[in-house]
Amino acid sequence: MYNHILLAVDGSDNSLRAADEAIKIASLSEGSMIEIIYIVDFDKVKADVLHSDSKSELDYSRRKHLIPFEEKMKAHNINFKTTVFNGYPGQKIVEYANEQVVDMLVIGSRGLNTFQEMFVGSVSHKVFKRANCPVLIVK
Amino acid sequence: MVSKIKLEWFSNIRGDILSGIVVALALIPEAIAFSIIAGVDPMVGLYASFLIAVIIAFAGGRPGMISAATGAMALLMAPLVREHGLDYLLAATILTGVIQVIFGVFKVARVMKFIPRAVMIGFVNALAILIFMAQVPHFIGISNMTYVFVAVTLAIIYIFPRFIKSIPAPLVAIVVLSAIAMFSNFELRTVGDLGLITRTLPEFFIPNVPFNLETLAIIFPFSIALAIVGLLETLLTSTIIDDMTDTDSDKNRESRGQGIANFITGFFGGMAGCAMIGQSVINVKSGGRGRLSTFVAGAFLMFLIIVLGDLVIQIPMPVLVGIMIMVCIGTFDWGSFKYLVKAPRADAIVMLVTVVVVVATSDLSKGVIAGVLLSSIFFVAKISKIKVTKTFEDSKTIFEVEGQLFFASVEDFLAVFDYSVSNEHIVIDFSSAHIWDDSAVGAVDSVVMKYKDNNNTVELVGLNKSSKKIVNQLAMYDFN
Repeated sequence: MYNHILLAVDGSDNSLRAADEAIKIASLSEGSMIEIIYIVDFDKVKADVLHSDSKSELDYSRRKHLIPFEEKMKAHNINFKTTVFNGYPGQKIVEYANEQVVDMLVIGSRGLNTFQEMFVGSVSHKVFKRANCPVLIVK
Repeated sequence: MVSKIKLEWFSNIRGDILSGIVVALALIPEAIAFSIIAGVDPMVGLYASFLIAVIIAFAGGRPGMISAATGAMALLMAPLVREHGLDYLLAATILTGVIQVIFGVFKVARVMKFIPRAVMIGFVNALAILIFMAQVPHFIGISNMTYVFVAVTLAIIYIFPRFIKSIPAPLVAIVVLSAIAMFSNFELRTVGDLGLITRTLPEFFIPNVPFNLETLAIIFPFSIALAIVGLLETLLTSTIIDDMTDTDSDKNRESRGQGIANFITGFFGGMAGCAMIGQSVINVKSGGRGRLSTFVAGAFLMFLIIVLGDLVIQIPMPVLVGIMIMVCIGTFDWGSFKYLVKAPRADAIVMLVTVVVVVATSDLSKGVIAGVLLSSIFFVAKISKIKVTKTFEDSKTIFEVEGQLFFASVEDFLAVFDYSVSNEHIVIDFSSAHIWDDSAVGAVDSVVMKYKDNNNTVELVGLNKSSKKIVNQLAMYDFN
């Protein structure tokens, strides 16, 4: 069934709920795996670098976003791995999902940056339009 | 070696050439605008951007980073140009190069790490404010059409990318609005009104300044400020590019490379420059990763000027102003407002002071120095808080010392002791303290001495290893 589930996260509440749904789906069949994908947004790099004192602090501030997701996976005994990329979130998630053989992509409906979404149209919308696999958007 | 050259230059040929072209197009208006800020002909900035980009492609330590004429440097050199002219600026550029090479050799990049983030945030914000202020004379109170053109430029820059991302929006604004301006009779100033564009390659010449100490005295303060600010922006940019591309870079090679680039540029009629945050980010976003992208950016810029020089002078000033306002918006750290609320008070004050000093003096280097000094004072104030608690136990008076004992905290330490007692057993417990310098040892000495004068016995306990060492070295009393 859904063997390879790609879960796109950004640390928002929506993506935490998306993780819950991904876990439910993964629990349905033996041997399914959730791949958590996190994109370091090109447009936020300047601010991130300015606001951190060192490389290790920078890495930690990003890693921190992933911890709750990994905890959830462990708590439910789900096979998972974590992948981090740099780029534009929407574009990179689609690129990766289409490149890999993914059975389903799960993503929260809106991310951390609500202000920007009023203008650009959300990441989830872009992913929904362009990904070649089934997409589950979680409210 | 060969494989490294291949990796750094030719592993991403298509992406590098395309992004280099995008950056070259974006560099032209900035190079012209920064020349105007510095008070020199547009060619000085254009030559600088061409030369620095091409040289840094070979000499730099961060592949894919774009260096050229920059606003931060232009702002610093403006007073020098105003008072002494272009030749002194070129001489200062050469000296800046020499200083930066020396910084590179002595690995000053490592010291730059000590610049607190509050100062860096203040630096970028002040830079954005100064570039904005430099635009004001070019659009306030000139003509109504000027306001319209600035507004339309900004509208194109921010709306056009929503629909088409492959063509840089500032270029669209330049082409469309220059065409409109050329075929109409609007009252607008153009780049041509502010200086010449010559369609020739730069040539080698030695700046026409007297070679004496007086000249050195004039240019040295500028060169040192240029060297520091240039390296600061360069290292910040390289950290950003490191992070975007998830790769490492050689910071010392980069400072040397910046020095070499400025040194050569000064002999070819270009002004001092450094790495550019905005352009480097554009380069990486457009797919540039290797040295080839930086090279193409510089070379293609020169090609465009030679081919299209006559059209470039037709660009209306308000379009350039619009592009510079975009640069300011992109440079400013919009997270600063949240930072002001959330950061520790001392950090927020350091950030504000950095900005205020820069804006008041129009000198980025002064702001950075003020910010660094202030944050060191705050740091000393923070760690110099020392606490001494007094307890009585089995006919002993125990003083428990907590904190760092050094020159800044000795006074508070000494104030605690009361020497009027006599014939008592005094214990000073340093288990939670650290003794750092000779003032600290001197203070301990004087406490002991004063108690002993009144026939008290004094015992020091709980000294850690390094405190014990310094006490044994410097104290007058033998505490063993």
